[in-house]
Amino acid sequence: MSTDTLPTKRPAGPAASQDGRHTLRSKRVRSALRTVAFMSPWLVGFGVFFAYPLVSTLYFSFMKYDGLNPPTWRGLDNWSYVFSDLPKFWPAMQNTLWLAVVMVACRVVFGLGVGLLITKIKTGTGVFRTLFYLPYLAPPVAATLAFVFLLNPGTGPVNSLLEAVGIPAPSWFNDAAWAKPALTVLAVWGVGDLMVIFMAALLDVPKEQYEAAELDGASAWQRFRYVTLPNISPIVLFAVVTGVIGAMQYYTQPIVAAKVASGKMGGSGETFEPGYPDDSTLTLPQLVYNLGFGRFDYGAACVVALVLFALSMACTALLMRRRGGLIGSGD
Amino acid sequence: MTTASAFDRPVVGPAERRARRKAALHWIAVHSLGIATALFFVLPFVFVFLTSLMSDQQALTRDLTPNSWHWDNYVRVLDTPGFLTWWRNSLLYAGLGTVLVVVSSIPVAYALAKFRFRGRHLSLLLVISMMMLPPQVIIIPMYLFWAKQMDLSGTLWPLIIPMAFGDAFAIFLLRQFLLTIPNEYIEAARIDGCGEFRTLLKIVLPMARPGIAAVALFQFFYCWNDYFGPQIYASENPGAWTLSYGLESFKGAHHTDWNLTMAATVLVMAPVILVFFFAQKAFVEGVTLTGVKG
Repeated sequence: MSTDTLPTKRPAGPAASQDGRHTLRSKRVRSALRTVAFMSPWLVGFGVFFAYPLVSTLYFSFMKYDGLNPPTWRGLDNWSYVFSDLPKFWPAMQNTLWLAVVMVACRVVFGLGVGLLITKIKTGTGVFRTLFYLPYLAPPVAATLAFVFLLNPGTGPVNSLLEAVGIPAPSWFNDAAWAKPALTVLAVWGVGDLMVIFMAALLDVPKEQYEAAELDGASAWQRFRYVTLPNISPIVLFAVVTGVIGAMQYYTQPIVAAKVASGKMGGSGETFEPGYPDDSTLTLPQLVYNLGFGRFDYGAACVVALVLFALSMACTALLMRRRGGLIGSGD
Repeated sequence: MTTASAFDRPVVGPAERRARRKAALHWIAVHSLGIATALFFVLPFVFVFLTSLMSDQQALTRDLTPNSWHWDNYVRVLDTPGFLTWWRNSLLYAGLGTVLVVVSSIPVAYALAKFRFRGRHLSLLLVISMMMLPPQVIIIPMYLFWAKQMDLSGTLWPLIIPMAFGDAFAIFLLRQFLLTIPNEYIEAARIDGCGEFRTLLKIVLPMARPGIAAVALFQFFYCWNDYFGPQIYASENPGAWTLSYGLESFKGAHHTDWNLTMAATVLVMAPVILVFFFAQKAFVEGVTLTGVKG
């Protein structure tokens, strides 16, 4: 690899003169030092806030440690405990995967639909776009509180409206079968980010392709299927993969919803067990929190953390494999 | 065909008339669907706001609109012990966090976008990995480090200090933006004998202003919205809670008072929405950068 600062090739320049080798070498050293200087904040951050804690997590996953007594070696006991004796692990895993599939699918389909709709709207586009985008900005805790209230079976306006038109209304956050769908509604409400991404991609589809398809007599669906989709497929894939990665970190909304809907805030004295109702909203990140900071079983918490790490990195690898289209290497 | 006079409508054949009617129907269909979708996005805000103005008793009923408008609910929320402290803490965390992240991420993003060096691709790969890492993966050692070694639990410093060492998402977003700045400008500055740091400061930064604005906004909202961080480090000390963390306990303290809880919710959402109206462009630009430009 060259030590040129910029990707473009430059002529050899004065380096070719008598003491060229000397200048070239000191130039190279200076260029390396400069790179290190510019990168230094992140180099420290990477070591202290990524590499070190990751190695520590692996280390603690083999230790018995409660934060008070010194850690002692436990070998694979934490691992076998989590996978076969921890009753909450598999529900948490299932919920996380459910959210990664259903919630992400709903968000992508709805986000694409709204993105298509906004490109078709000809009057008041700016107003519509702003209104569609606003929910994405709502702070998660505030949005979750609002939805627990809106979907409250007793006093919530949604169920009032549903019953007014004769639809039997579910108990949403208070019903194990409906808690995840309720979270999905909340996630779909905040689809503004995907709308913007899809909108930009849709506007980039070459007009000529639509015109050609129209001349060939393609129906609206055929135009979508054979012109739009192939053109935006990298963005769809990007939305799916980043959505799945997001699902792996899904934490604030389910924990706030469970606390508020159950009325158990985990304040002084009472311990809050996440997942209300019946572990239906328990996700892997919450299990890490619960094991580590609720039960002070740091070893088991680190095992779950590593499972989460493996899942997330698998998705990231998927993103990186399509780097050319999705991330862009800059060359 | 009738003969055209100045008062007649333009002559329209049946085919064109059909096309026009179709276009009009299409317009109506698209805009009705648009309005229906807008209702889905907006009604939650409306119901939250209406409930925030109800009396304590009415908030327990199924009424949708307040009988009388209790604007004093907002005063009651602001008078709740702690609420203004949480507000101040949120501003501190978000304000300091944003400044630190922007200042520390710019040079890194610049190096990744415009320098050629061994390990550039690997560095970018690691930045992206960090960005995708759920914060819960490394929280146990991080907590032990800040609480046991640094003795900083019960404060927001464990959340603020790391921001001085670059944030992966900010670095990535800025890099994407800096890639769009033509190399010729940097080249020209260098030929004129401008040092690398001065080039960044005088040439690149002014051009990167929209990208920096987007990163600053995203960082501000990330901190403002953060729930997990304050829960880990500040939960034991209510004096260090942020709005996002305190809001949930507010519901606990006011068990049945949905009106006050919704008023508090409005107060937490309001700054975000206000800032958005002033900085729409930067936002949309930022979201687009993450997904589309490569």
